[in-house]
Amino acid sequence: MFNIERWQEIFETIRKNKLRTFLTGLSVASGIFILVILLAIGQGMQNGIAKEFEDDAANRISVWTGVTSEEYKGLNPGRRIQLDNQDYELAENKNIDKLEYRSGVYSIWGGLTTYKNETGSYRIEGVRGDYQFLENETLVAGRYINQKDLDEYEKVAIIGNRVYQDLFKGKNAIGEYIQVTGVKFKVVGIYTDPGGEREETRVFIPLTTAQRVFNAGDRLRSMVFTLEQKDNFEEALAASEAFSQQLETDLKTRHTVAPTDERAININNSLENAKRFYDLMDMIRYFFWGVGICTIIAGVVGVSNIMLIIVKERTKEIGIRKAIGAQPLSIIGMILHESIFVTAIAGFFGLIFSLFLLEMVGPLIETDYIRNPSVDFGVAIATVIILVVAGAIAGFFPAYRASNIKPIVALRDE
Amino acid sequence: MGNNSLHVLKGINFDVAEGELVSIMGSSGSGKSTLLNILGMLDEADEGSYTLDGKVIKNLNERIAAKYRNQFLGFIFQSFNLINYKSALDNVAMPLYYQGVNRNLRTEKAMHYLDKVGLAKWADHLPNELSGGQKQRVAIARALASNPKVLLADEPTGALDTRTSYEVMELIQGINDEGKTILVVTHEEDIAHMTKRIVNLKDGIILDDSKVTQVRAKEAKEKALSHV
Repeated sequence: MFNIERWQEIFETIRKNKLRTFLTGLSVASGIFILVILLAIGQGMQNGIAKEFEDDAANRISVWTGVTSEEYKGLNPGRRIQLDNQDYELAENKNIDKLEYRSGVYSIWGGLTTYKNETGSYRIEGVRGDYQFLENETLVAGRYINQKDLDEYEKVAIIGNRVYQDLFKGKNAIGEYIQVTGVKFKVVGIYTDPGGEREETRVFIPLTTAQRVFNAGDRLRSMVFTLEQKDNFEEALAASEAFSQQLETDLKTRHTVAPTDERAININNSLENAKRFYDLMDMIRYFFWGVGICTIIAGVVGVSNIMLIIVKERTKEIGIRKAIGAQPLSIIGMILHESIFVTAIAGFFGLIFSLFLLEMVGPLIETDYIRNPSVDFGVAIATVIILVVAGAIAGFFPAYRASNIKPIVALRDE
Repeated sequence: MGNNSLHVLKGINFDVAEGELVSIMGSSGSGKSTLLNILGMLDEADEGSYTLDGKVIKNLNERIAAKYRNQFLGFIFQSFNLINYKSALDNVAMPLYYQGVNRNLRTEKAMHYLDKVGLAKWADHLPNELSGGQKQRVAIARALASNPKVLLADEPTGALDTRTSYEVMELIQGINDEGKTILVVTHEEDIAHMTKRIVNLKDGIILDDSKVTQVRAKEAKEKALSHV
């Protein structure tokens, strides 16, 4: 392979046969290009879906109530079911060793919030300290709610980044007082949420304070839990399904709701939703790989075709070369060397061009379902190698046949 | 190749000594090209033996045939058979490439032979930029480049007009004068008489084999020109 004479011969042949070289290269380069772009879009869709899950903890289980839809034990349908602290304690005590984070929630919509002359209407949520992790929030400044706040009914607030921008316009907020529905709260923290602005227009206060301020007694709007992490997805899914079911049964029993009633107690298990999306993602991935493999096959067939034509076209030249003393092996070597060189260079060219395009255009594609399209470099390199090897194998047989043709046959004038 | 095999040559027995200039004549179908192809190891005889420079040429595989062709033989074809994407110089240098001669020496030698056929100035031209006579001269230079024992010319003047034919024959005679053995296949009487010996073939057997007085191509050319 490091025979300089051979290389010179090949470069000369390539230089003198630009169109042929260009066409071979084009089919290889476009094959690789299409494949990389396809895989990148597949990856982008995956990223996009994964992003949809980022705003809350992935294994979150939330519970809220509605109106009964079935008559049960002499009770009419249409009865409103209300969660309270006892429900929460029931769930907590029964599963204390399984739970990772937990919180009851009491919230009101459209809580008028004022700081000096700035006013906004936000969702006010009374929660426990764990809620930070259940909502997947990160503190920008200050602290979150702690047990002392809950025990002592402290009037403290953690505001979303958006709320902070609206009310404080970038000035210091920690330690300042805001008015929430006419009650003064001290701002102790600012958070940001990967879910974006919608998730950041909220104000969190201690649950106990909320229940007292909004005159809610021990009522809860909802309860949120996550279970301890498991080693794999299947286990986690099984555990969370079991937990959801147990919880549903317990709550239905306590509130005298028909076991078949699907309206009164709602349990949303993120992991179940996640599983559906993961399945979808797998499907998308298989689909793109399927298309990709077909593209490679088309590319290989294209390269083989071109190799056949090249050898056919060069039959006479091969005859001449043999008549003046070329060894059969050197003929095969010459053709393969040239084809491998051309396909490899073209393959890498297609690869680099597509990666470059992804790099330039990729970040601009920010729809909900395609995000940061990218491709695993190793996979891309592997496909280039597959294409080159396939091209070489495809070229070998016609080259071998040509090398065995008697020069007298090859030289015969048509 | 086909299913109908045809015995083209039916018992040929002749020797060529070193330094001879022999023409093989015959009408088409007489087997002269087949004979030349066997001599050139492009084809193989069903029976009989062929000895070249003391070596019995038999049961050749492609590898050995290629080696012998490269070492012992130079070909000149009717249709020139130059590689059309290579310059005259590169065409001439090709046999040297297959001998493993390095690039600089190759170019130097090829240039020498191109100069010998009077085409040094055309070294960088592609075959399609040359006239028929020039192409044939490039082909002759190529045949000479590997310094072979024998030159085999298959109708070297078949595609050329009379004047160019004589010029090519003049060149071939000159090479022969330097001592190279040359076999020319032709069906043209005047070309044959420019060699030193004529072998007449008909239907695969030798009709006659006689030495002739060589007509110098240079004189023939001048005579032909003066007639015009």
